[in-house]
This record gives sequence, C-alpha cells and structure tokens, in this order.
Amino acid sequence: MALVDRIGKSLTGAPLVLTNVDALIDWSRGQSLWAMPMGTACCAMELIAASFSKFDFDRLGSFPRPDPRHTDVMIVAGTITRRMAPAVKRLWEQMPEPKYCIAMGNCAVSGGIFYYDTYSVVRGVDEFLPVDVYLGGCPPRPEALQDAVLQLRELVRSRSIAEGREYDRDYTLPLPGGDRAGTTDPGRAEAAGVLAGGTPESGDET
Amino acid sequence: MNIDELREHLCGTYPDLCPLFSIEFGDGVLIVDRGRYWSAAKDLKDLGFDRLGMITAVDGVDDFEIVARVTAREMGAHIFLKTHVPRDEPAIETLTDLWPAADWQEREVYDLFGISFRGHPDMRRILLPDDWVGHPLRKDYRDERIIRRPDYI
Repeated sequence: MALVDRIGKSLTGAPLVLTNVDALIDWSRGQSLWAMPMGTACCAMELIAASFSKFDFDRLGSFPRPDPRHTDVMIVAGTITRRMAPAVKRLWEQMPEPKYCIAMGNCAVSGGIFYYDTYSVVRGVDEFLPVDVYLGGCPPRPEALQDAVLQLRELVRSRSIAEGREYDRDYTLPLPGGDRAGTTDPGRAEAAGVLAGGTPESGDET
Repeated sequence: MNIDELREHLCGTYPDLCPLFSIEFGDGVLIVDRGRYWSAAKDLKDLGFDRLGMITAVDGVDDFEIVARVTAREMGAHIFLKTHVPRDEPAIETLTDLWPAADWQEREVYDLFGISFRGHPDMRRILLPDDWVGHPLRKDYRDERIIRRPDYI
C-alpha cells in the first residue's frame, strides 16, 4: 500500500496511471477478504457453518484465519462482555491496515437482548471498533452473513485506499474502565483487607 | 454406609439441626452456623461425599447465605450445606483443601457477592475485570451504566 502512496506522490499531475493501478488493487482486494473469526457466542455456530461445505465461503474468497496478522476483516460474532472487549480490541489492533469489521448478530450490533438490565455487556462493538457492516439477527443465517460479505466487498471496491482510511472518531484510545493496564488489582487488595479482619471499604457498592 | 445409616449418623452428630435435616429421596439440607461450616464439610467428606457440585451464595439483605452442594456418588446422596455470613464481615473458610473443585466456584462467589474465603490459594476476581468496582449480584449494587428496561417492553 505504501507503494501506491509513493506512486501517487511522485505522479501528481498524471492521475491516469494512478487511477488504473488503484482501481485494479481495490478490485482485487475485494476478491479475497480473509476473515478473523471473533466468535464468542451462538452466532459463532452460524459463522462456523458458513465456512463449511454447505455454504462454502471459500468460493467468495473469504477464508477464516486464526491469526489476526493474516486477515482483512474481523467478523465479531457474539456477545462482547466488558471483560472480553480489551482482548477483542487487542486482536483488532494486530490486524494490518486496511481492515474492516462486520458486526454479526444483535449482540455485536447493539447489545441485543443484553441491552437492558445488564452490567457486564458492551452495547455494540461500535463502542470501540469502526464497524463497516451491521448484520442483525439472533443469530443471522449463513446466507445473511454471505450477503454481508458481498456488501463489504462492494464497499472495499468503492473505497480507494490510496489516501488511507478515515475513521469517524479515534478508535485507538484505550477502553474506558476496561483496560487492565496501570491498575493495581483492587480486588485482591480488598480480599486481603477482609481476610485481615477489617471491614470492606464503605465506598464499595457505588 | 447406606442412606438410612447416613441419616442416623447426621442426626446424631447434629442433634440441634435434626429437624432441619431431611434426606428423602437422597436429598438433604444441612444448615450449620458459621463456625462449624468447615468442620461439617470435613465430616461430609469423611462420610463419603466425594464430589462438590457447586458453591454459590444468596443475598438475604440482612446477611449472605453460602450454599454448597456435595454428592456421595456411591450412596447416591446429595446434601446442600448452608451457612450464613454477616454482611459487615463477609468471610468464611475455604473448601479448596477438601475439594479442589471449590477453587473457581469460590472465586466466582467472591467476584459477584464479595464474600472472601479464608485460606483460598488465589482469591481474586474470575469473571469481571480486575478493576471492577463493587459486586454485581448484591442487592444493593448500583451501576450507572445499567439501562433499566422500560415498562412498555
């Protein structure tokens, strides 16, 4: 991709060559969207079914890879809890640009049935990931996932990567209250305090 | 030992608790006070209760109730061992030295109810992030991130 950037800078004033290379690259990238299967709940069953012979996503060029460094699109299939969110984000940050995200199922779109009265579930992965395609359903059928991949393919083809990806906000920030970095494990300290004979801190149930 | 002998033995060992103890169909409830929790569990272990099914807790607002379910596989008997811990000092002895399966169960009780287990090898949260504030299954837990379900849904 850096090559395209360099060509674009050196050939300013001769857009014809750049446009053609760019269009070719964009077209070919859409043909091979390798997927990072981020399956955490029942949607993962449909995601697995989509990969096997009956639905066979390989014929669309979408192939599940267990390594985020090999993949172009993260398919978040399932409920993401506040405990899980930092791990999902870490995997997302390991994926090379340009990268895309499909939020599969109601939980990944908005929290789904866990939207109300729940303390532990993130209400949609777009709280911390830039989602490109929202796919509703509880869970969606593999055919629906197929349609989402085809829509993402159109999106990839129509968007040039020469200028780089633009996000609507800064998704590189740490998760609010979800990242363990810099914390001193107050849970362990509280347990030690109770066992030492003291009472739990009064500000505990806030 | 069969179930009848087990009932006689337990009623002899815990005479004050005998009315609370019924072992119909191989199921029983044994409610002990806090100081005898571990020793009662040790008795059950020695009687052949070799499997710990679960440990959980109930928030009774005034105090917490610890519930442990143990099984004697040869006898086919199950017993709920219960005890109460006060709210201002939520701590109890661990059962990990009797049944290693108690390890994660007690961590979960600590995580969600805030009850600490004395002698536990690794007393920390298991389900929630380590920097979580509060214990969500307590009745007085408050979290401004929770959205209440409207009445019309």
